[in-house]
Amino acid sequence: MDYVSRFWDVITQYDVLGAFWLNITLTFWSGLLALVLGTIAVTMRISPIPSLRAASTVYVNVFRDIPLTVVMVAMASVVWMQLSVSFSQTMSWDFYILAIIGLGVYHSSFIAESIRSGVNTVPLGQSEAARAIGLTFMQSARIVILPQAFRGAVAPIGNTIIALIKNTTVASVTGVAGETSGLMAELIENSPQFILAIFLTFAIGYVVIVIPVGLLTTTLSRRLAVKR
Amino acid sequence: MSTAGPPNSASPQDAAGPPDVVAELRHVDKHFGALHVLKDINVTIRRGEVVVIIGPSGSGKSTLCRAINRLEPVDSGEILIEGRPLPQEGRELARLRADVGMVFQSFNLFAHKSILDNVTLGPRKARGAGKAEAEAEALRLLDRVGIKDQAAKLPAQLSGGQQQRAAIARALAMHPTLMLFDEPTSALDPEMINEVLDVMTSLAKEGMTMVVVTHEMGFARRAADRVLFMADGLILEEATPKDFFTNPQTDRAKDFLAKILQH
Repeated sequence: MDYVSRFWDVITQYDVLGAFWLNITLTFWSGLLALVLGTIAVTMRISPIPSLRAASTVYVNVFRDIPLTVVMVAMASVVWMQLSVSFSQTMSWDFYILAIIGLGVYHSSFIAESIRSGVNTVPLGQSEAARAIGLTFMQSARIVILPQAFRGAVAPIGNTIIALIKNTTVASVTGVAGETSGLMAELIENSPQFILAIFLTFAIGYVVIVIPVGLLTTTLSRRLAVKR
Repeated sequence: MSTAGPPNSASPQDAAGPPDVVAELRHVDKHFGALHVLKDINVTIRRGEVVVIIGPSGSGKSTLCRAINRLEPVDSGEILIEGRPLPQEGRELARLRADVGMVFQSFNLFAHKSILDNVTLGPRKARGAGKAEAEAEALRLLDRVGIKDQAAKLPAQLSGGQQQRAAIARALAMHPTLMLFDEPTSALDPEMINEVLDVMTSLAKEGMTMVVVTHEMGFARRAADRVLFMADGLILEEATPKDFFTNPQTDRAKDFLAKILQH
């Protein structure tokens, strides 16, 4: 118990909950961005216009194939430093926003592929029927195809979101301070005698966040499945 | 030839109305890879006419039906709906498709929407009808096909026959000038075929212009004004049902009828 209470004294000097909260907000905003971009990408991918399909294919393959660390370092060192793209007066806000963009763009490729797997669960006859009653491509995508595709893609989208939650720790390389992986490194450096407890704290923290998401995904994918 | 001629077409008061020819295919050709599925097809469908297309599987009859609203693009030739050539994929084609009802072999009701929403979707989104107006009309049509009480259910909760009747109501809700039926009873259990054919027969009696691809010879005899017999991508015979069934001209048609009428 002595070890635990001494560890408790150390860790309560840091804002561990705040760090987790920061990763949760990163997840939320970049997840939202990834869903929007992924939906746009998949709509282009199934569109009747060849150039849009090609553009979407290139986008998805490029961001799916580049390592996340490379994307996140580039957001700071290329986009911010070289291209001088700035969104605010403070560096920390810039890094926060750039991290969200990097995470969002990277994961949008996986979201797009997840939704596309959902599109493949929608029989061809559904879009034929939509076209036959006079819907335009955008109408049939929005009203008939994508709603069914999302419902068929809950599980893979959930897996992407779970990966995103954990990948937000890479935001530290974009310069986001105070998130979990940075805080963990700081804790280990300052209190190496507690290294095992520190690892366990963050590991358990993420498990606690991810478990409900996994359960929700499983329940929703069953409940939302389109009955045919 | 006593029963020849489309009985519903060209009544005198229609003379100044819309053109008498609803759909026309001129020299239409289509390949699936190396397979030549439509060979120089020429068909004219007049207002109020019921044209039934029969033939062995792989003869191109479904492809012909689907080509009329360009669900199946053709390689060459012309397809005209009410005198206008079919446009390329886009808004104008969508508008034109809204006027051509289609009923599929596998029903293709929107699986995530209620029966009522399936029927109101076209009028609301493609025609801009109001919700109340579209729903009243949808319930009237569902009542007409005998499934008004199923309006709130999802397609998967209905029997095949009920789903197909809902699909017919969905097509009727657009007030089509032409209805295409692509093997509408082929996916149904035998006891459900008649409920769908009854709806189709009553539509035919009311003067709906229909193109029906089917294996139901009873329906062809009863409801058709004209029978097209297709084989190997060609229209081999074009006759009144009476002439076709009692006096087929080609060996191919004789052979086909012998095989299916034995049972």
